[in-house]
Amino acid sequence: MKTRPQIVGTPLERIEDHRLLTGKARFVDDIHIEGMLHAAIVRSPVAHGLLKGVDTQVARRMPGVHGVFSAEDIARDFGGVVPRIAIRAIRIPELEPIEQWAIATKKVRYVGEPIAVVVADSPAEAEDAADQVTFEIESLEPVTGWRQSAAGTSPLFDLPVTNRAITYTAIKGNARDCQGAYTRKERFRVQRHSGFPMETRGLLAVWESNAQRMTVYGAAKVPFFARRTLAAAMRLPLDAVDMIEVDVGGSFGMRGEFYPEDFLVPFASKRLNRPVKWIEDRRESLLGSNHSREMESELEIVCEANGRVLALRGSVAVDAGAYVRAAGVIPGRFVALMLSGPYDIPNIHVESVLYLTNKAPVGTYRGPGLFEADFFRERLFDCAARDLGIDPVQFRRVNLVEESQMPYRLATLDFPEETDELDSGNYRATLDQCMREFGWQEKIGLQGRLIDGKYNGLAVGCFIDGGAGGLKEHARIELENDGQVTVYVGSASVGQGLVTILTQIAADALQLPVERIRILHGSTTYLKEGVGSGYSRSTVMGGSVVLLAVEELKRRMRDAAAKKLGCSPDEIKFERDLVMTAGEKKLGWEQLGSLGLAAEVEFVNHHHTFAYGAAAAHVAVDPRTGKVDLIDYFTLEDLGRVINPLTARGQAVGAAVQGLGGVFLENLYYDADGQLLSGTLADYMMPTATDFPSVRAEAIGLCPSPHNPLGAKGGGEGGVIPVGGVIVNAIAAALVTMKIDPKELPLTPEALWSLIQSADGRSSV
Amino acid sequence: MLVTLCVNGEDSTTDVLPRTTLVDFLRHSLGMTGTHVGCEHGVCGACTVIVDGDAVRSCLMLAVQANGAEIMTIEGLADASANLSPLQEAFHRHHALQCGFCTPGVLMTAHALLRQEPNASKERIREVISGNLCRCTGYMPIVDAIFEARSSYQPASPATRARGR
Amino acid sequence: MKLPKFDYVEPTTALEAVTLLSQSRGLAKVIAGGQSLIPTMALRLAQPALLIDLRHLESLRGIAVDEAGLRLGAMTRWREIQDSAEVLDTHPLLVEAVRHIAHYQIRNRGTVGGSLAHADPAAELPCIAVTCGASIRVLGILGEREILADEFFLGPLATALGDDEIILEVRFPRWPSSRQWGFQEFSRRQGDFALAGVAIFYDTDNSGRLENAHVGVFGVGQCATRLSGVESALNGRTNTISVAAEVARLAAAEVTPSDDLHASARYRRALVAVLLERAMALARGERA
Repeated sequence: MKTRPQIVGTPLERIEDHRLLTGKARFVDDIHIEGMLHAAIVRSPVAHGLLKGVDTQVARRMPGVHGVFSAEDIARDFGGVVPRIAIRAIRIPELEPIEQWAIATKKVRYVGEPIAVVVADSPAEAEDAADQVTFEIESLEPVTGWRQSAAGTSPLFDLPVTNRAITYTAIKGNARDCQGAYTRKERFRVQRHSGFPMETRGLLAVWESNAQRMTVYGAAKVPFFARRTLAAAMRLPLDAVDMIEVDVGGSFGMRGEFYPEDFLVPFASKRLNRPVKWIEDRRESLLGSNHSREMESELEIVCEANGRVLALRGSVAVDAGAYVRAAGVIPGRFVALMLSGPYDIPNIHVESVLYLTNKAPVGTYRGPGLFEADFFRERLFDCAARDLGIDPVQFRRVNLVEESQMPYRLATLDFPEETDELDSGNYRATLDQCMREFGWQEKIGLQGRLIDGKYNGLAVGCFIDGGAGGLKEHARIELENDGQVTVYVGSASVGQGLVTILTQIAADALQLPVERIRILHGSTTYLKEGVGSGYSRSTVMGGSVVLLAVEELKRRMRDAAAKKLGCSPDEIKFERDLVMTAGEKKLGWEQLGSLGLAAEVEFVNHHHTFAYGAAAAHVAVDPRTGKVDLIDYFTLEDLGRVINPLTARGQAVGAAVQGLGGVFLENLYYDADGQLLSGTLADYMMPTATDFPSVRAEAIGLCPSPHNPLGAKGGGEGGVIPVGGVIVNAIAAALVTMKIDPKELPLTPEALWSLIQSADGRSSV
Repeated sequence: MLVTLCVNGEDSTTDVLPRTTLVDFLRHSLGMTGTHVGCEHGVCGACTVIVDGDAVRSCLMLAVQANGAEIMTIEGLADASANLSPLQEAFHRHHALQCGFCTPGVLMTAHALLRQEPNASKERIREVISGNLCRCTGYMPIVDAIFEARSSYQPASPATRARGR
Repeated sequence: MKLPKFDYVEPTTALEAVTLLSQSRGLAKVIAGGQSLIPTMALRLAQPALLIDLRHLESLRGIAVDEAGLRLGAMTRWREIQDSAEVLDTHPLLVEAVRHIAHYQIRNRGTVGGSLAHADPAAELPCIAVTCGASIRVLGILGEREILADEFFLGPLATALGDDEIILEVRFPRWPSSRQWGFQEFSRRQGDFALAGVAIFYDTDNSGRLENAHVGVFGVGQCATRLSGVESALNGRTNTISVAAEVARLAAAEVTPSDDLHASARYRRALVAVLLERAMALARGERA
């Protein structure tokens, strides 16, 4: 049989690109519907206070204004209660009292919390009127850090009575009683920062009063969950609500979760019986889209003298912000669950405490909890290796999980009980390959050397990258009359190249050219049920359900062909281009196309995948200014099976640069009053093209995942995970003569300069 | 106020409020939504368009200030039959875009640069592109793509001659 | 982040502009390139009732070089300075400083007059103007006057410009071709405002001793300023590594920075010292 060359595994240039390159894409703000109005949100300027009253009278009379709604107006429609924003991930009853209200009711708890919604003919008029909404807030003591939160002098809620939202504990073996030749306890801290895609959030809600239907454009990431949440909040039947996914300008975890505006805008549309659009502006994005990453840990490592790690124990304080939102518990859970990373650590006891503060609520940001865990662990490892006089690479080598230990069980977490297993991998081989391709041997002679006024340093670190989250994905497949195959899939596109990946998978399975495959995704109009993207799931879950769908379609085609040819379905064989044969007999899709063959399938998966890898960095530090040049950075990740090396590498490089932003630049900085000082993109500093010009990445398919038919592992987040640990270890290695051990991010030039100033082993600089 | 300008070779006269920025004017008055808004305070570069030959941030310019100007947006980069320009082709080949939201602004910046400096070095390209934020790619492929597209901007190149603007 | 409402006029003469300005009783703002004003308005930190756009004032455009020195019209864009071979010859320090201003797209719109009038303490041009002893020619309802750069900048975003005055041009004294100079700035990212910056130049006598030393700093105080203590310490000496190190310490002591979100005063002092040493090295001819 003639087969088509495999497309999976080749660097197919993206199918998505043409529209995006020519300005023909359709992002949510590109949609214009006749009669559409525009919303602006009035936000609390106070971090913590009692909301005594909101006066909308003046605003209502402003030019172009159609409506102004406060909590009171909204509660009136819902039997006196303001709906709340349901937690999506790991909702337990204990957390329900701290879910966010769609609009502030009696209290404001962070600067930026919605107080009122103004709807007007134009965005400018809506903003003009929003400026005229007045309110009375009686200030309370703002809680701006976890220590102050723990002190409990200013509780955010009546219930729970303390500001501790929840404590998760990850346990394995008996870490508490574990003793070893060497122990070291350290504190580490990661600052608040987040994904902030280039496209801010936004939605266009269209209420049709005749049909009593709500259609929302601009859904992303998890449209089916958003539909359930909105339907429940608005007390509409599920099938009266649809979420339409248009082009999405990045998510990184942040975009697509359910936010207050995702209720407020549809509410306004229904009340006014007009389409209402709201596009978050950048200031609102920085103030109110999910923040992430802010954690402080106190961890102790217990080792044998040869560097074998016996235990990790301690606690992590997570600054969770004012409420627990959709996926707000994830970073705090993952930091504990996956603290051991790719290493075989027999004893673990880590408590992760989520503290409520008067800052924006947190959510997930690419590699949630894992970026933080890696920074904590890899820093601690280098400190221990140095104390023990062991080469840091060797230290890692002796502790990596071995291939023969797979599947390898991680610690067990509570509330609810959860554990996980590393599925497959040859961790040492990947570390070795990373060092080879990085050029470790050639560069190691530079370690600690002062060249042209700069100290050179190198480090390598290892990581795991959990993927394929969520139990299911759904798809429907149709053989069209023109021989095209259309696959509707529950996965969502957030800019990662979903269509290209799924097309490659479908093309190989169907033995069709890519032009004959059409992938439609995300919107709730395509499927009865679906999940979406996030937790590095769309390649594995979306790809696997596409494979299932193709199998099911082929089965039906076989049945139909068997009838036509008068043979048993088992005798039918597929050749390329949907040609079927049975012995000498042959049948083309043309003879089946009018039968309207279609199938709806679901893929169920109870196992996460664990991509893994290693990253290495070479830095040069100017000791006089604290400025760090990144000379070279290489990250290697085993994705089990690489569907598209071009997009896999793109994900890794992009994620690494985001990680570098987190290490050096990005900081959501609050003052003691709870005001966000980094409220513009001039102050919230994202990496630019000149900052980190030498980042390299490669994806390999060394050890397939045993848990899905593709053998693939989710890999969109691995690029970001090791960055903090590797970079700061390289800096510490550069400054080893000064005994500098940075323990906090961001490592700004000033922060590093300050450490150098106060270092005891300081050489004359 | 009446504003007359020429966008991608087409003249138009439109009544706008002075407070309308050029980007809002292009997107919502003219319906040319290829140019994007990323920050509205002049940092991200997503709204970059070419005004009288120079790349500018269209969120930092009022529509009334563009009265009489010749403007090129992303919609004018590919030819009439939507064939990608060599610059766009290079972005496609190098995977220099992921979500594509910043891409129109990046392309406009690069197009203006290469028309003015067809021999721009990688360092110069990187410096110029530092005025455009991209959250997906890490910039490496963007710089490579622009560098590769230089050949099509050389004075003798047929692409440059064909695309007179 | 939509701009608040305002009226907009495009005067065609400078006199018309200042007349409109004086009639507005402080409610109008002049817009040149708008690269600082428009974001300020988008954040609704400024809500002028009237914008007076100078874009049609041809007399405010252009670069001129004569015996007295270099003149830059207020509406001259950064880009034009960078493109001018004449400015590179006649004022290399200025061109080097302009290279550090913001980004490509901003430099295509931002103007000399706009930067001077905005008077950001971390901006490059005010420092070059102060360091070089430039003067700023302005027009008001009562006529023209010329203000020394030193007296023009009064503090953060504050200048000696009257409510009815606009900037016509800035004049830089002649720059001898033998002059030694150096420029250094430290910012978090390319194009960001400086955490600290240093501009220096000096002439030398026959024996290589420094005379006419000018040392200006920016980003480290209320406004760009010259360091007279450092200048006195330099005149009559030669630019050696040890002299550079010595004056660097003086500079750190002479500046008066304050703490803000981006850097502490202590760090800014340290930066000034390092940057001055490096600017001195550049002036010696040690181009990196």
